[in-house]
Amino acid sequence: MAKILMKGNEAIAEAAVRAGAVNYFAYPITPQNEVGEYLARRLPEVGGVFLQAESEVAVGNMLFGAASTGKRVFTTSSSPGISLMQEAISYMAGAQLPVVLLNIMRGGPGLGGILPAQSDYFQATKGGGHGDYRLLVLAPSTIQEAVDLTMLAFHLADKYRNPVMIIGDGMIGQMMEPVEFPDSYTEPELPPKTWAATGADGRKPQVVKSLFLDPIALEKNNILLHEKYQAMKREEIRFECYKTAPKNKILLVAYGTMARICQTAIDELEGEGISVGLFRPITCFPFPEEALYAEATKSNIETVLTIEMSMGQMVEDVERVVARQRPVKFFGRTGGIVPSPEEVIQQIKQILASGQPTKVKV
Amino acid sequence: MQSLTTTFTRPEGLQDVVTHYCPGCTHGIIHRLVAEVLDELGVRERTLGVAPVGCSVLAYNYFNTDFLESPHGRAPALATGFKRLRPDMIVFTYQGDGDLASIGMSEIIHAANRGEKFTTIFVNNAIYGMTGGQMAPTTLAGQVATTCPMGRDTGKTGMPIRMCELLSGLVTPAYLERVAVHFPQQIIKAKKAIRRAFQYQIENKCFSLVEVLSTCPTNWGKTPAESTHWVEENLKSYFPLGVYKTPEGAK
Amino acid sequence: MPGVVIDKNHCKGCELCVKACPQKILSMSKEITLRGYFYAQMHDPSRCIGCRLCAITCPDAAIMVNHHGQLYLLYDY
Repeated sequence: MAKILMKGNEAIAEAAVRAGAVNYFAYPITPQNEVGEYLARRLPEVGGVFLQAESEVAVGNMLFGAASTGKRVFTTSSSPGISLMQEAISYMAGAQLPVVLLNIMRGGPGLGGILPAQSDYFQATKGGGHGDYRLLVLAPSTIQEAVDLTMLAFHLADKYRNPVMIIGDGMIGQMMEPVEFPDSYTEPELPPKTWAATGADGRKPQVVKSLFLDPIALEKNNILLHEKYQAMKREEIRFECYKTAPKNKILLVAYGTMARICQTAIDELEGEGISVGLFRPITCFPFPEEALYAEATKSNIETVLTIEMSMGQMVEDVERVVARQRPVKFFGRTGGIVPSPEEVIQQIKQILASGQPTKVKV
Repeated sequence: MQSLTTTFTRPEGLQDVVTHYCPGCTHGIIHRLVAEVLDELGVRERTLGVAPVGCSVLAYNYFNTDFLESPHGRAPALATGFKRLRPDMIVFTYQGDGDLASIGMSEIIHAANRGEKFTTIFVNNAIYGMTGGQMAPTTLAGQVATTCPMGRDTGKTGMPIRMCELLSGLVTPAYLERVAVHFPQQIIKAKKAIRRAFQYQIENKCFSLVEVLSTCPTNWGKTPAESTHWVEENLKSYFPLGVYKTPEGAK
Repeated sequence: MPGVVIDKNHCKGCELCVKACPQKILSMSKEITLRGYFYAQMHDPSRCIGCRLCAITCPDAAIMVNHHGQLYLLYDY
């Protein structure tokens, strides 16, 4: 298939359609409005359902209802909107409903701003709603990867009967890049969706619910969910190492757009004879713990530097994994400010010289 | 001996279980009416119910149809999502006054305004039952509830909300009727309204909502019989029965 | 000859059927069921007219109404 120059938001929309997800419920919010605008035209072409709801609270609950049919459904929103959906997401996790949600993150907290940020990492990976549940969280760093991960997300949602969240950011949503779609959507075989509500025709009634008033039944449900998350940890961890080499003293850890900026910084430093590697988680849950530990504790690595577009959220996972085997440093910009490669380079040089990153002066 | 014919029995649409509802609570009657109508219209096998949070949270244990369990107040959104993907199925939400008129007000208004082709059975007993008798949006002025122990002060909490009248203000066509189930002749009329609502859905005509005045002996602090009289003398006067809107425009 | 069958395991003793019966032939039993309710019962089956009002007002669908031969139903339901 030829490459097409597309805006991230529209590429994501088309990727979903190619994955057979033609049912979309959403509410407008910058910086992901183009997804809905694109699908408003596109979904009728493929016999899908497009509905703009009255609020993201309604969106989350429309997804619950729609997913109960067994069909593929999804939504896209941005930080404040995703916050409004947390109750419904907790319910869908508890009721084991497959759904895909894309968070094109923007600066927070509160109304925050509309520029790119990564400050919803905790919400996405530690569970933004109530109860013991997790989302499978994927973090693309290019628009092509956003397309690929969006398609993958629908398979994983069905495979685990669990909500899957893709965390992009305003940059990934708004940027234009050439992307390629596969000629046809292929995926491993999935079991039939016998759990779907299709009408008690010649069978006992089927109930899609997360209510278990009997504590034994509720605990059983929690254990069942937990086993799925263990399975995700065994089978779904994805990450990428970029120019990690024996002569590196520093290991960068970054994801999404931030990782891409780090790659530019690494390439420039290479020209100056300074060798730095990057560890890039693609799944933020399940977090690539063993792989990061292996990279971070290599004898040549002296410092781990986590860089995020937030005040530091993934860094806590990095610290947990590295477990004080190496000093873990952090550098981050927020508010929608996207660090430039030069800033990253300056931090690296600073650490190489004094072992400390500089404090952000505002 | 001629053959024995049964002129009244438990409908197939109801599971043969004893409900958790309090003795004399008319939720049970409303469940039966919906089940009878689904059986008579022959749609039970392709019906989906959406249960709310409230006394009828366990409705899915009582109906012989597939069900979804909705977060508090969100049933109209679940029903919207489901019906849009399965327009061939008959979808109904079963909601109480706290669920529909308080936390779920936005969902019901927008579902009605979009003209979603599902049916809502709105049970109005002017109190929060499951949580133990708190004030609801439809609690009457002066009515005592655990969160208005001196009687509802409408100066501070506003007047009870008349849902049929409120929704009838929307321009999108709909079928809205308020009925009651406290005396047998009311129950018979209520069944006709519920049948008419589901008929509109089968004909894919419009959004339909039947508001059913119901009793709550436990939290009203009255016997079942006293509760039915309280509906007759108090609830019915503030919430007049009748048809508030039909898709044909005529009453 | 119409008759009424009350399933005492479903009856919760709410007495609404007793009030609804135009023939006043329903009353509450003196014993209680396993659930601890006094259940409704018919104390004079001969005067039952099969009008179904008891069954219609029962919140627990505990009452079945049947009859032998022809019965004129006063209203449709």
